[in-house]
Amino acid sequence: MKVVIIDDEPLARSIVTAYLNAYPVFEVIAECNNGFEGVKIIQQYNPDLIFLDIQMPKINGFEMLELLDEPPAVIFTTAFDEYAMKAFETHAIDYLLKPFSKERFDKAIQKFISQHNVAAKQQPAKALLETVASSPNQSNRVVVKDGNKIKIIPVAQIQYFEAADDYVKIYTAEGDFLKNKTMTSFEKLLPSQQFVRIHRSYIVNVQLISRIDAYEKESHIMQLTTGAKLPVSKSGYAKLKEVLGI
Amino acid sequence: MLQTKKYKLAFTAWWLLWCMLHIYVLYNYYAFFSIVIVDSVITNVLTSGACLLIYNNMRYYLPRREKYWYVLIVSAVLSVMCTGIATFLLHWLFQRNESYIALLYGSWLIRYCVVFLLIGCMSMLSLLWYALQEQNEIQYRKTAAEQMLKDAELYKLRHQLQPHFLFNSLNSISALTIVDAEKARTMIQQLSDFLRGTLKRDEVQFITLQEELQHLQLYLDIEKVRFGHRLEVKVDYTEVSAEKKLPALLLQPAVENAIKFGLYNTLDETEIVITATATDNTLVVHISNPYDEEDLQAVTGTGFGLASIRRRLYLLFGRYDLLETIKADQTFTVKLTIPQLNL
Repeated sequence: MKVVIIDDEPLARSIVTAYLNAYPVFEVIAECNNGFEGVKIIQQYNPDLIFLDIQMPKINGFEMLELLDEPPAVIFTTAFDEYAMKAFETHAIDYLLKPFSKERFDKAIQKFISQHNVAAKQQPAKALLETVASSPNQSNRVVVKDGNKIKIIPVAQIQYFEAADDYVKIYTAEGDFLKNKTMTSFEKLLPSQQFVRIHRSYIVNVQLISRIDAYEKESHIMQLTTGAKLPVSKSGYAKLKEVLGI
Repeated sequence: MLQTKKYKLAFTAWWLLWCMLHIYVLYNYYAFFSIVIVDSVITNVLTSGACLLIYNNMRYYLPRREKYWYVLIVSAVLSVMCTGIATFLLHWLFQRNESYIALLYGSWLIRYCVVFLLIGCMSMLSLLWYALQEQNEIQYRKTAAEQMLKDAELYKLRHQLQPHFLFNSLNSISALTIVDAEKARTMIQQLSDFLRGTLKRDEVQFITLQEELQHLQLYLDIEKVRFGHRLEVKVDYTEVSAEKKLPALLLQPAVENAIKFGLYNTLDETEIVITATATDNTLVVHISNPYDEEDLQAVTGTGFGLASIRRRLYLLFGRYDLLETIKADQTFTVKLTIPQLNL
């Protein structure tokens, strides 16, 4: 089985490799220094299992997972992350708190093997990502894929979100990007004073509103400073009134 | 105020003086010296008694600002009682002396006014006295509480050990035991020295720059083991600056911050530069690291580490301008100015 280790500390990676030596079934096909390398390697080799650190340069472990269309099974290895802890408990295959013992590591591997036998391919639950999204540095940026490049968008630069089937379309001054996430998760994640869900299919950055006009009975049309026109539902209008204080 | 001997004496002296004045004034109108003395004693004993009563009462009940008129009413009532009782007693004692009785009743208004003034003054004084004492008490408690808070805060600010750093270091040691036991031992040594240094710094507030840099070196050595190839640190200081004093562990959070943004948050090699210069009465330390202008975290927040340094400098020197940050040419620099307090 193919394994990829992603951690920004060489020594931290070496301990996983050393522990894995006891399992001839597993083959470490690559070690990555950061999330960017991680995305590339995972897409290239499609591993069965990855060991993933959370705190890494530029994009953290969760953000890296978000960028993958079909994420592999994940065992997190982390030193300390109070926000992630709860999510791990419910959704990840396992999480190893650094420094971890060989026994603890073996347990995680056993867990992976038993789950691997049940399902042909472990789908790291989307729910994991949705719950973990509450970590603080995730609420001020969104990581998206732009072709082969990875882009980090500060939320202040986002104009609005639009629901698009299983995806969410993110509109910025530099164009629009697709993200494999739900509207509800964005609504929860974003600062509620800045982003308002004005419609089932739209979340808007209130700083860009230029005018709101009555449309039909009980619904409105909003115009942004960028010229875009968005529908506002009845409940959306109520939320807007609360946030804008009108 | 009547608790101490000094105040008791002053109180008695004042009333004796007042008695004499009373006698002197009354003697001008009425020639019988013995009667005048009795008049003075009775009136003033009663009045001073009323004053004591007011003073003692206020110890237990101090009217608030909106109830100051209360004091006025009480004073007025007490004055009526004093004058009434005195007049009654004097009338009863000297009832056969018609000219005196005439004088007694003729002067009731002026007697009342004088007694009211005295009692009124006394209550005002007591009021002021107790209010002042209460104020002092509050002030004292406030200062004490503030001092305690300050101590606790300084203690906490000195003690921000990053759990992340500790656990990751332990993990590195754990890895080293497999590949290079010798190096693992060295790192345990360094980590122990570093932790011991952090704990030991409890007792001393100020240390020399040299000592601070030695402690910092331990931390940097550990980080170098963790990130090896990616971290380069240049330390540059003058001989004069080495002997200057600064609050213990002040540079630590700034360097941690530099590593956090310079190293944890970039993909390539990072050089962190620490320079120190000094004049007679200040020590200036620059800590700089490369940063990515597009990086949101680096742009938006200066982080908790720097905030804690600023807070600490404020608590120690009462100034907010001792920490400056400079962003230029992809380099983020923290400039710390530490005044030298003839230590």
